[in-house]
Amino acid sequence: MLSIKNLQASVGDKPILKGINLDVKAGEVHAIMGPNGSGKSTLSNVLAGRENATVTGGSVTYQGKDLLALAVEERAREGIFLAFQYPVEIPGVGNVYLLKAALNAQRKHRGLPELDAMDFLALVKDKMKLMEMNESMLYRAVNEGFSGGEKKRNEILQMVVLEPSLAILDETDSGLDIDALKVVSHGVNSLRSPDRAMILVTHYQRLLDYIKPDFVHVLSDGRIQRSGGPELALELEREGYAWVGNETNEGVVAP
Amino acid sequence: MNFIPDALEGLISLEYRHGFETSIESDEIPKGLSEDTVRLISARKNEPEFLLEWRLEAYRRWLKMTPPTWASVHYPPIDYQDIIYYSAPKSQKDGPKSLDEVDPELLKTYEKLGIPLHERAILAGVAVDAVFDSVSVATTFKDKLAEVGIIFCSFSEAVQHHPELIKQYLGTVVPVQDNFYAALNSAVFSDGSFVYIPPGVRCPMELSTYFRINAKNTGQFERTLIIADRGASVSYLEGCTAPMRDENQLHAAVVELVALEDAKIKYSTVQNWYPGDKEGRGGIYNFVTKRGDCRGARSHISWTQVETGSAITWKYPSVILRGKDSVGEFYSVALTNHRQQADTGTKMIHIGKNTRSTIVSKGISAGFGQQAYRGLVRMARSATGARNHTQCDSLLLGDRCQAHTFPYIEVKNHTATVEHEASTSRIGEDQLFFCRQRGLSAEDAVSMIVNGFCKEVFKELPMEFAVEAQKLLGVSLEGSVG
Ligand SMILES: Nc1ncnc2c1ncn2[C@@H]1O[C@H](COP(=O)(O)OP(=O)(O)OP(=O)(O)O)[C@@H](O)[C@H]1O
Ligand SMILES: [Mg+2]
Repeated sequence: MLSIKNLQASVGDKPILKGINLDVKAGEVHAIMGPNGSGKSTLSNVLAGRENATVTGGSVTYQGKDLLALAVEERAREGIFLAFQYPVEIPGVGNVYLLKAALNAQRKHRGLPELDAMDFLALVKDKMKLMEMNESMLYRAVNEGFSGGEKKRNEILQMVVLEPSLAILDETDSGLDIDALKVVSHGVNSLRSPDRAMILVTHYQRLLDYIKPDFVHVLSDGRIQRSGGPELALELEREGYAWVGNETNEGVVAP
Repeated sequence: MNFIPDALEGLISLEYRHGFETSIESDEIPKGLSEDTVRLISARKNEPEFLLEWRLEAYRRWLKMTPPTWASVHYPPIDYQDIIYYSAPKSQKDGPKSLDEVDPELLKTYEKLGIPLHERAILAGVAVDAVFDSVSVATTFKDKLAEVGIIFCSFSEAVQHHPELIKQYLGTVVPVQDNFYAALNSAVFSDGSFVYIPPGVRCPMELSTYFRINAKNTGQFERTLIIADRGASVSYLEGCTAPMRDENQLHAAVVELVALEDAKIKYSTVQNWYPGDKEGRGGIYNFVTKRGDCRGARSHISWTQVETGSAITWKYPSVILRGKDSVGEFYSVALTNHRQQADTGTKMIHIGKNTRSTIVSKGISAGFGQQAYRGLVRMARSATGARNHTQCDSLLLGDRCQAHTFPYIEVKNHTATVEHEASTSRIGEDQLFFCRQRGLSAEDAVSMIVNGFCKEVFKELPMEFAVEAQKLLGVSLEGSVG
């Protein structure tokens, strides 16, 4: 589904990603962990097409297409979803309107008929139940005045409505209380399927208790320093990142 | 970080699309302003003596006045001797009897602007009093309106056919000495629109005027007067657009509205005059005085404006709430981009008992745009139980533009209440990226964000104008769901 080869990216003159290699197949869940500032969000953003990091080398193939050649919205319509580490507020724009516009833009791209207001409301209310969200949130402006946890939950609501092929969740667990973590995990798990893949960026094992990853990668200093199974996360939890490679031991590439 | 994504940059730097020039010979008088100029204009228009005297009085007062300096706008001094004060398309000298007589070049111009004349006007149910430079060239629906006693014609025609109404109402809302530009207008105004709605009549259609500035170095001095007699109501639409210009052009219009007892006037404007280029060269100076007088009890005057054009906008559509229980409203969307400057707002002067006013101002600034909201709410000693609510929001696109808010509040009656809310926000790269990440195009994303921001004002616009407004802001109206 997704194949990242020697991906390099800079913010301004500063190289952030220094050669990322990663293969994600349909049905797989990959967790990416790593110290603050190691480039996890940058990687997520580059995959989604954000323009504030410049790709300086490497390639990314997504469902057989050159991902880096696609505009942000084209990637989204092709099924890439990014749950933001810091969700943005859009004053005056109703949550329900954004969702409907987004879903219909994507459906149109896929040659599906647009949903009318009735069908859309039925769908979204169903998904809100799954996310245990109050319907009144639909009519509030996007994320405006939402608590940190509510914003994260809102991100996942968007995800379950849009049903992406590749979901990238950037620290969706941060700021969630225990109950919310369960709800959000439940929402994410409801989307797991053999034709979908997920990349979870997280700092904590507890998310991985709820959403079992197939692979865990450690990103540090712009490279994936180690890759392994779920046990790698447990190891990290015990040992921290200190033992993971840094610039001085280049060449520690995932098996 | 100074960072604007390409998509946003592309959108906010869209070229002005109405930049073309119609080649028509003009009947102009020489540049410059003197008492003779005023006499010449009045003579060309075959005006009655009282109007000439009125103009001369305005001119003499104007000579002693200075341009206002309190607005947050900057421009080089204007040489008032370097302006042509009267210009009429030559082929229109004798006035067209029907659209067939209208210069085809003019009609083509309007077509390019998408103005509904001919059948389009009929289909849209819009009566158009199109003003080309200084002389009205086409008025539709006049007869139909006349059946119910409504007078809708060019100001010059009204002067010829209804001098008693002109004499009775002209200058009673905006006196000649009101301000520098109003005095200038009063002295040299060329043409404009006139509307009279007789007692108890609801105007059966939206009345609409499109203004267009064309001839070079022509200052435009429009004069509009709308009177709604007792229990009458009317909705009036004003749209403007001008072709590309290198030199700045002065536009100093005056609009007066009079609402008698139980009358209602709704005045909507979409203004997209040439704003100048990206570096701020050229563009219209839009120095306008618009004021409504709620003269009778329970009268109602509502201003809605969408201001996207002009290099400089200086405009404060106001309402004098004289009649008891009268209502004044001001709904505004103003957009400044590149080097545009706007100092706009309103004045609500509460005099009568239990008068109410609402102000909703939405300012959008992009590029190096400079914008100020300036609003005065005055509660006179007599304004027992009067109320005002003001909401004033600014939206910034990028981080090189600016928005300022100057609310002036004067309360002389302790039973009056005044509320003021203000906010400033920014369309960030992050919001845009977020919307696009969810599948929306950059254009739709900006539309949605801007539209959400302007929702309260757009819903006040008549439908066909809302469409125009949405086009102008690159906004999809569907965005107001939810
Ligand atoms: N706009 C920017 N200007 C300068 N440096 C930046 C900018 N954006 C990101 N960086 C730098 O890029 C590096 C990687 O940031 P990134 O957000 O990808 O880290 P992260 O792994 O997601 O960290 P965290 O775990 O704290 O979320 C950091 O050193 C950060 O300071
Ligand atoms: Mg991060």
